[in-house]
Amino acid sequence: MSDPIASAAALRDSTKGGVSTQATVRSALDRAKAVNAGREGLNIFASLDAKFLEEHATGSATQLGDTEPGLLLGVPVAIKDNIATLHHPTTCGSRILQGYVSPYEATVVRKLRAAGAVPFGKTNMDEFAMGSSTEHSAYGPTRNPLAPDRVPGGSSGGSAAAVAAGIVPIALGSETGGSVRQPAAFTGIVGVKPTYGRVSRFGLVAFASSLDQVGVFGATVDDAARGLRIIAGHDPLDSTSVNTAVPDYNSAMGLPITGMVIGLPKEYFPDSLDPRIRAKCDAAVERMRALGAVVKEVSLPHTELAIPVYYIVAPAEASSNLARFDGVRYGLRIEGDGLKGMYEATRSQGFGEEVTRRILLGTYVLSAGYYDAYYRKAQQVRTLIADDFRRVFESGVDVLFTPTAPTTAFKIGAISDPYEMYMSDIFTATANLAGVPAMSQPIGLVEGLPVGGQFIAPHFEEEAMFTAAYALEQALGQEARA
Amino acid sequence: MAVTTDDVRHIAALARLGLTDARSGELAVEMNTILGHMDQLSRVDTEGVQEAIGVGATGLPVRPDAGGPIPLLKSIDAFAPSLRDGFILVPRLSTHEASEGE
Amino acid sequence: MTTPAMAKVLESWEMVVGLEVHCQLKTSSKAFCGCSTAYGMSPNVNTCPVCLALPGALPVLNERAVDLATRAALALNCTVQTVSVFARKNYFYPDLPKGYQISQFDRPLALDGYVEIGARADGSPIRIGVTRVHMEEDAGKSVHDRYPGVTAIDLNRAGVPLIEIVSEPDMRSAEEAGAYLRVLKQIIEYMDVSDVSMEEGSLRVDANVSARRRGEMTLGTKTEVKNMNSFSGVERALEMEFMRQVALMESGGTVLQQTMLWDGNAGEVRPARTKEGSNDYRYFPEPDLPPLVLSTEWIAKMQHDLPELPAARRARFVGDYSLGEYDVDVLTANPRMADYYESVARAHGDPKAAANWVMGEVLAQLKTSGEDIAHFRVRPMDLAGLLNLVRDGIVSHTAAKQIFTLMVASGDPPAQIAEREGLVKVDDDAQLAGWIDEVAAEKPSEAARFRAGEKKLSGVLIGAVMKKSRGRADPRKLAQMLEERLGA
Repeated sequence: MSDPIASAAALRDSTKGGVSTQATVRSALDRAKAVNAGREGLNIFASLDAKFLEEHATGSATQLGDTEPGLLLGVPVAIKDNIATLHHPTTCGSRILQGYVSPYEATVVRKLRAAGAVPFGKTNMDEFAMGSSTEHSAYGPTRNPLAPDRVPGGSSGGSAAAVAAGIVPIALGSETGGSVRQPAAFTGIVGVKPTYGRVSRFGLVAFASSLDQVGVFGATVDDAARGLRIIAGHDPLDSTSVNTAVPDYNSAMGLPITGMVIGLPKEYFPDSLDPRIRAKCDAAVERMRALGAVVKEVSLPHTELAIPVYYIVAPAEASSNLARFDGVRYGLRIEGDGLKGMYEATRSQGFGEEVTRRILLGTYVLSAGYYDAYYRKAQQVRTLIADDFRRVFESGVDVLFTPTAPTTAFKIGAISDPYEMYMSDIFTATANLAGVPAMSQPIGLVEGLPVGGQFIAPHFEEEAMFTAAYALEQALGQEARA
Repeated sequence: MAVTTDDVRHIAALARLGLTDARSGELAVEMNTILGHMDQLSRVDTEGVQEAIGVGATGLPVRPDAGGPIPLLKSIDAFAPSLRDGFILVPRLSTHEASEGE
Repeated sequence: MTTPAMAKVLESWEMVVGLEVHCQLKTSSKAFCGCSTAYGMSPNVNTCPVCLALPGALPVLNERAVDLATRAALALNCTVQTVSVFARKNYFYPDLPKGYQISQFDRPLALDGYVEIGARADGSPIRIGVTRVHMEEDAGKSVHDRYPGVTAIDLNRAGVPLIEIVSEPDMRSAEEAGAYLRVLKQIIEYMDVSDVSMEEGSLRVDANVSARRRGEMTLGTKTEVKNMNSFSGVERALEMEFMRQVALMESGGTVLQQTMLWDGNAGEVRPARTKEGSNDYRYFPEPDLPPLVLSTEWIAKMQHDLPELPAARRARFVGDYSLGEYDVDVLTANPRMADYYESVARAHGDPKAAANWVMGEVLAQLKTSGEDIAHFRVRPMDLAGLLNLVRDGIVSHTAAKQIFTLMVASGDPPAQIAEREGLVKVDDDAQLAGWIDEVAAEKPSEAARFRAGEKKLSGVLIGAVMKKSRGRADPRKLAQMLEERLGA
């Protein structure tokens, strides 16, 4: 059996030292085969054109903007199936986009290529990123490489699995309510959701535009930070992208955390929290205290409202964002009785059950007579949630630390109630609603399954998050990992 | 405010989703369960609270009226389901089906 | 035209009209992408990932669209908002690629303006309130008659920037609605914001109309009338719809709130067949575009830099050029006309002569050819040159008209034509004497009677000389010499 792929930094050094990108890509493909990543196995990829990758993996570094040239030289990076790429189809795990190949490229993919990375196939996902388990895909569920009868989390489960299985050191996912952090937690890797506006959304197929952000998976904090450094930055093609300088995140690592104030929001540690997960969090906190961090309990009083707010705002925006999938200009078209028949046949057969449910929910909360009670109200409460974070960070807290998810990876098919599934996002959706950066990293195992710990930082303070995460990663060492 | 099967049919029509009657009924039940959880929002006092619009933004960036479009690296015929003489074709709208020689 | 039937109805019923006017903004690229706005291209060539609504594409606002929309709003006396919000108007239609139109809803660009459309008998201005001005994008074009059984979609127009100008229901007759539209069009033209051509679709008008018994304060149920393609069509459609509503109510019926379509050929309105699905647009703030923030300084600068408005230009023409009201109205009808006139007047120096020529020869020529003065072949400098030749006595007025005709045909400068065609005025004594002698020889009896003192025959004789000289003879000198050579 071939070994897991090396770190992004090591791959870059070996590429510079003469190892061909082609050889790296071939070993990644071998690894994919060895871990049985295919449709009948872990089902990690929505599409992976091995022949194309072997033939075209040149990994030439060209300078782009102010990023260091070739920072990801020769590094294969798996891309979630909702990010536009030129060769592989971009289908969002949906039947409605089956076979659709984008005629333009997402900014994040262009930046990766410019840094010398090789876009390595498209990863499976919950359809249109709606889900927390990667079970709701037209390609069938992705399996957790650590426990194939369990889900890898979602919606970016394919990307998480690709990193966890050692096929690639870095993968791109997308976040709307926890779709990178929760699968990172379930698969024992690092997952980063940047500040809203930090990374261009141009080419990311929209689920909920005010919440969506491209995120990065890495086998380690260093890998994830390296990936973010490349894809971050202002993009004139995305009006919500913010024009602030991108720091060298990797240089934030290794800095001492002595005196760093780490807040523990009590709402994230409710009495109902699984005691085994609580114990792992406590242990992690003790390590940080031992490194000199100042730990204090804080309160984010509107936390419990995050799920209701999230499941109003996100479906509302989704119902509008997904209106373009109408069978007119691209994608699936199924003829019906006249134009309306075509629309209805295309959309009802093209979208899966969960997407249909959320479009209906979103249409309902925006419709005449319900807008004020649901959508407007939710957007007001969202302001209160954001204010909670602002207040805590203004009080001198540098980063917050919480569990990433209330459970470890559950069994495929175990959760059938939609609302129960929505509750998987309870500790993650808040950061999306407030727009602040957050990340998950492995902090231990419960019954052999990884537990994720989450750092949340103020807007554009990813560096603080990486400093803390790296220190914790070093302190925990291998004990945190599967 | 309970969602009825008729409500589901109405919003499904707005969203151009074809649903069977059986599925509409199931969805009404599911939506009531989900919306039941949302009702805790109604108990929050949001008097005078701004809605979250343009989170983190300091204004709307604009682009100059020049520069040309983002290129399509494949032409429309590579992805459009039905094309003729450059036009995208769709089934005729029912409001125009009995066309008065338009 | 108010028919007798209409006049009778108007004794007891009042018409209430509000108008929604869409103007295409004069930008070279679309509102939210860099695609060209050029008109008349092959279908779907002016499209890109953004205006095709490809998965993952995002809108970025065109700066010039904001400038033009703001300029229009200020010219309509609106208050431009420092914060306005784009919103999505959601509905399915095959020429609406995203399944929503980016528009503005509860926080538009500008509010509370007005337009003056004339004066009442007591001299007070008739003001029509402008509720709001907002920005939005156009949809594409659906062609229903090109292929059997299918609708053909062209998205070249999808995403072209528009402003919508919504009036208060302040108009009380079709004439007032027509006057409002003409004033509005003139203002927009002066602001150089839009081509405002109903024929080309860069200006579109929808009307909300209701009827109520005179003396009633509440508004009746309104209908929306669409599909008019000229201002006179709007006026006729309003009258027909008003008469229909009154007839309905007088016979005990009630007006339904619905959309009516004007059929210009049949001269009637009929209910639109309802669009597929109902109209619940589910507006919400566009999350891909943060609120548009405009500084008060910037708005003040836009106000300061506003091009001259029609009313100001009219006042200036009266003051600077001492022109009468009718002349000013004609010469300021649109900014191109006013610019043309003003260039001629300034270059030539005699505003009255310039006005006479522009309103006479130039307008007659444009009427014949149907072209716009902006494309008129005789440029203002050349017309002023011609007027200078007349003033300086180099060509006669008669010859000047001939030269003008040749300028229209050739585009050549007037002096060159006068020279080439031998139309320079002749005041040479010998030449004039020669012509007089020839005429005297040809018309001996008239010449004899003139000599005998029948002075009224001078007209005949001068006319004959003029004809012989092909208009070149200096008429003043000729009259003098006629007296000298043939006088008693």
